[in-house]
Parts: sequence; C-alpha cells; structure tokens
Amino acid sequence: MIQGANNLAIKLKTEHLAQIKQHGEQTYPHECCGFLLGEREGSTNYLREVYGAENERQDSRHNRYLITPEQSKRADSYARSRGLGVIGYYHSHPDHPAAPSGYDLDHSCWPGESYIIVAIEKGKAAALNSFTKPDYTQFEQEEILVEDS
Amino acid sequence: MAIAILIPTALRSYAGGKESVEISGPTVGAALLSLLDAHPELRKHLYNDEGKLRHFVNIYVNDEDIRYSGETETSIKDGDTISIVPSIAGGSTAVEDAQGVELDRDEILRYSRHLIMPEVALEGQKKLKAARVLCIGAGGLGSPLAMYLAAAGVGRMGIVDFDVVDFTNLQRQIIHSTANVGRLKLDSAKERIAEINPYVQVDTFEAALSSENALELFADYDIIVDGTDNFPTRYLVNDACVLMGKPNVYGSIFRFEGQATVFYAKEGPCYRCLYPEPPPPGLVPSCAEGGVLGVLPGVIGVIQAIETVKLILGKGDSLIGRLLLFDAMKMKFRELKLRKNPDCPVCGLNPTVTKLIDYQQFCGVTPHEEVSVGSEFEITPVELKTKIDRGDDFVLMDVRQPEEYAICRIPGSRLIPQATVPERLHELSSADEIVVHCRSGVRSGQVVEFMKQAGFRKVRNLVGGILRWSDDVDPTVPKY
Repeated sequence: MIQGANNLAIKLKTEHLAQIKQHGEQTYPHECCGFLLGEREGSTNYLREVYGAENERQDSRHNRYLITPEQSKRADSYARSRGLGVIGYYHSHPDHPAAPSGYDLDHSCWPGESYIIVAIEKGKAAALNSFTKPDYTQFEQEEILVEDS
Repeated sequence: MAIAILIPTALRSYAGGKESVEISGPTVGAALLSLLDAHPELRKHLYNDEGKLRHFVNIYVNDEDIRYSGETETSIKDGDTISIVPSIAGGSTAVEDAQGVELDRDEILRYSRHLIMPEVALEGQKKLKAARVLCIGAGGLGSPLAMYLAAAGVGRMGIVDFDVVDFTNLQRQIIHSTANVGRLKLDSAKERIAEINPYVQVDTFEAALSSENALELFADYDIIVDGTDNFPTRYLVNDACVLMGKPNVYGSIFRFEGQATVFYAKEGPCYRCLYPEPPPPGLVPSCAEGGVLGVLPGVIGVIQAIETVKLILGKGDSLIGRLLLFDAMKMKFRELKLRKNPDCPVCGLNPTVTKLIDYQQFCGVTPHEEVSVGSEFEITPVELKTKIDRGDDFVLMDVRQPEEYAICRIPGSRLIPQATVPERLHELSSADEIVVHCRSGVRSGQVVEFMKQAGFRKVRNLVGGILRWSDDVDPTVPKY
C-alpha cells in the first residue's frame, strides 16, 4: 500500500516538549519514560500535562523501559482528579533514532494513544517524534502541533 | 450503590464516551461480561483473538491486582471500583547487544575507519561482528552485497544458492571470476569472501530456498537479504520473515531500473502490503529475458548492504516504509512512502497466511516453463536442418526481439517479435507451413499455442530454440 493521508495528531505546548527532553537528558544513558495526560477529541490528542514515571527495569536500562500497572493506576487517578486521562506515553532512545522499534510495538497498549519518542544523542536531546497505532499491527507517525496560546 | 468500572481514556470512544460505567455482579468476570454486553466494541481492545486478556491489560479491584486475588472469580461488592490498567514497556532496539564479543589487534587495524566514527565506534563494530546475515542468492545483487558486508566485518554470513557460474553471469556478478565458470557459485563466493576478510564465517547452503527449508535456514540469522530475481522466492522470503519476525532487506533490478526497501512487519509494511498478489506469470520479464545493465546491481546491492549495516548498528533512518526507486538512465532516485495494509494476508490484523504455502503454485508458475504444444506441433533443430537442405517451402519465423536478431540468426528466418504477432498475424497464411523459433523455445511455444488457437494447423515450435540449433546443427551461431 502506498501511504495515504493520515489525520492523527497530538496538540501540545513548547514547555511539554522541553519537559520530555529534559527528562531524557537527566536519565541518559538510561531510558526515561512517562505518561501524557490530557483529553482526546476525535483523532486528536490534547496534551495538558507531562507526568514522569520511573523506569522499573532493573537490567538493560540503556535500551529498555518498563512502566508497571501500579504506576499506570497512580497516573490515571491523578489525571482523573484533574479532569484528564492518560492519552499516551513518552520514552527516550539513548543514542538511537526517534522511531518505534519492533520491541516497542510488541509491548505497547491501545490504538489511538500517542507515543512520543525522543532521541538522546550523547546526552543531548535530538529528534523528537510522536507515533500512534491505527490498529494492533503497526505504529504510524502522527503530527505534532505546537499551540502555545 | 453499584460497582464502578473505570474506563481508560483510549477506550472511552468504545464505551459511549463514559469515564466510568456502573455495573453490578457477584464477580469480576460477571462484571466484565455485563460491561461487554453494554459496550461490545470494547471486547477486541480488552481480549485478544484467543479470548484471553491482552498481555498489557491488568484488572484491579480497588488497589488489588485480581491475579493475586482469584482472577475473574474475585468477588466484588457494592462500592468497589474496578480499574482496567495497562502496563507498558519498550526500548530502542529489538537486537540485543553484542556481549562477549572482542576485537583483536588485527581487527582493530582492519576496521579503524569504522572505529573512529562515533556512529559505529567499537560498540558498533562489535555488533557487526556479532551479526548473522543470510543472503538469498549469490548473483547480481548478492555479489556486491556479500563482498561489502564481508569487508565491513559482519561476523557470520549465510549464502543460499544452487547455481553454477556461467559466462553470462560475469557481466555483473563480480564476486565470481572468469576462472570460476563451471564451479558452484557458493564455492566461488566463499573463496572470494575469504580473500576479502578471513574473519568472516561463511555458511553455504546448496539448495533452492523452499517452503520446506526456509524456516530452518532463517532461524540462525538476524537479518535476511533478498537477492533473488523471481516472484515465488520473493513471496517465500517475505512470508518466512514475517512469520519469524525478521527484517527482509529487499532489492530488485531490471534493465536500467532498480528498487530497494526494508520489509519489517514489526516496524512497517511487508512485501505483500505492497504487492498483495503476484503478477500473472510471464507478464514481468526476468533479467534473463529482458536484460540488465551490469553495473546496476552494484548500486542496488550496495544500498541493501548499507541498510543491513544500519539495521545492525541501530542507526540512521532505515528504508522501512519507504520504497527507493532508482533510474540509471535518468540518474534519479525517487521515493514512495509505503504503508502497512491492515488487511494484509500475512502481517495484517487477521492474517490468513499463517504458515508457508506452495509459492510456485501461488505465483502460477508451472514446474516446466516450456509450453507443451504437443509433439505434432514440434520440430527439432536437426529435422529443421534437413528441411532447409531439402529446399522445402516453408516460413521460418523468429519471434525474438530485434536486438537478439542482431546477435545471431538462422539463415532465411523472418523476424516477427512475439509482442507484435497478434497484430501481424494477417501477414501469415495458415495454408503455409510455419516453423517458429526463439532463443530457448519458451516464447515460440507460446506463439505456436496462440497461432493454433487462431486456426493455424501447420505451425511447429523449434524445440530448444536457437541455443539448441547452435548445439546440434551450427556451432558457429553464438549463444547468449
């Protein structure tokens, strides 16, 4: 199939991107991870708050991350208390491109959620992309719309 | 008071947009059942095709994971809250690191131009050494590919081929030398690789890749590189790679044009997403039929080698999801974005191809390519020679391309290229005796079959074509 138009997008603010990049730089050379809290309308995710998580992997933390259900539950309760929900996740790829791996796909959750990946090269945040799953077989890149007003 | 089931944001559109759903029921299982009764669209997002909870879905009653409290039999009471909680994991690479691999002094010297680049460095060179790459075919694409991967330090390379080097290969298959004509391509390639880099382990498999041996052969390798030139093998390589979760570095060449991409179903589309069905047999000519610029496989094979190295290193933007098109005449590269097809029969949502099939049959290839026109419609070169010498009155019709006619011909033949036969049929008389020939007898067999159906009865196919004419009658006619 030749690629068609896809209208999936995440809307966020500059400060959200800065927070994610900063988290990735802090945990370098290990992977960072966390939640994207916000709202969903149609095919657009609105990011309202970045909520950091602990990488609970004890081994291979330079190329693996794990968020346990306990952390998910805590993030969800927090989001609900603010009238929001978990709309996606972010993590870093230390010295690796900002694109989802086969491992990412195998261990990801529901279609429609946003997955922001930031590449950290030699300790400095580089490319940042967002992906979503139209179904359970693949990731597709989604548009990042920055709206600071 | 009832029990509340909290709906995750991602699933709310399947639950009427609700944040939570009020349910009653004695157990968690019963509560989930009534939730699905009310909102059936939720089912496929909570359960997989086998009816089990998806691996990332966890169910909590208040603060307790039901896995530790009785699974779905866990009893619930009014005021309880059931949460559907995902766990999530990920990471940058599907390939584990090269552990326990070391480079000796000679290797450090050999790979020094890699080692001083941060994108490769010692760590990357160790990954290359730990990598296991399987090349399908040691022909036009396989030659530059295998030579460069060997030089770059890929530690272990498998090569699958069953062919023997012949003179027509030498124009492009640069891993084979003139002195090796007549030898197995595998032996020739293995020796050349050892000359380039003795540190590479080369595994040779003298076999045609088949549905019977593909999975076993692929199992020992991380990356499969397809250097074949026929549709059954392409579909076979693709399906085996999808089933085994391995990347397939793809290249193809024809005349002056080439294509390359990486099919990796875990991260993008597969060959069947691009081409769900094979073309009708015979529609797309092979390089043997249509020719190929000798230098072209150098470009495409080297692109495949680069993509292989990038996959191993885990660096750069891979060709996954992008089809690179190269036109040597225009000297232009173009790129098409490829998208995974959710209905793909092998890597889609509901795959129908779950094991390897008969790819010859799938591609409509009959085991013997020659069209059997029936023995009364055939003539051998020796019989034809006798006819000519006797001065029989008949038409000798050559259905090859004009370029082939310029290379060699049988005296007295009349050129009517195969593609023009239907429109030029009126030039022929069905009352005449007609002998049709081509290079090997395949195309002329198709023409004879076509002419039979058009009412010609005195038409015969020259068995073995001009190649056998050269063997049996006139060795001064060059073979090509």
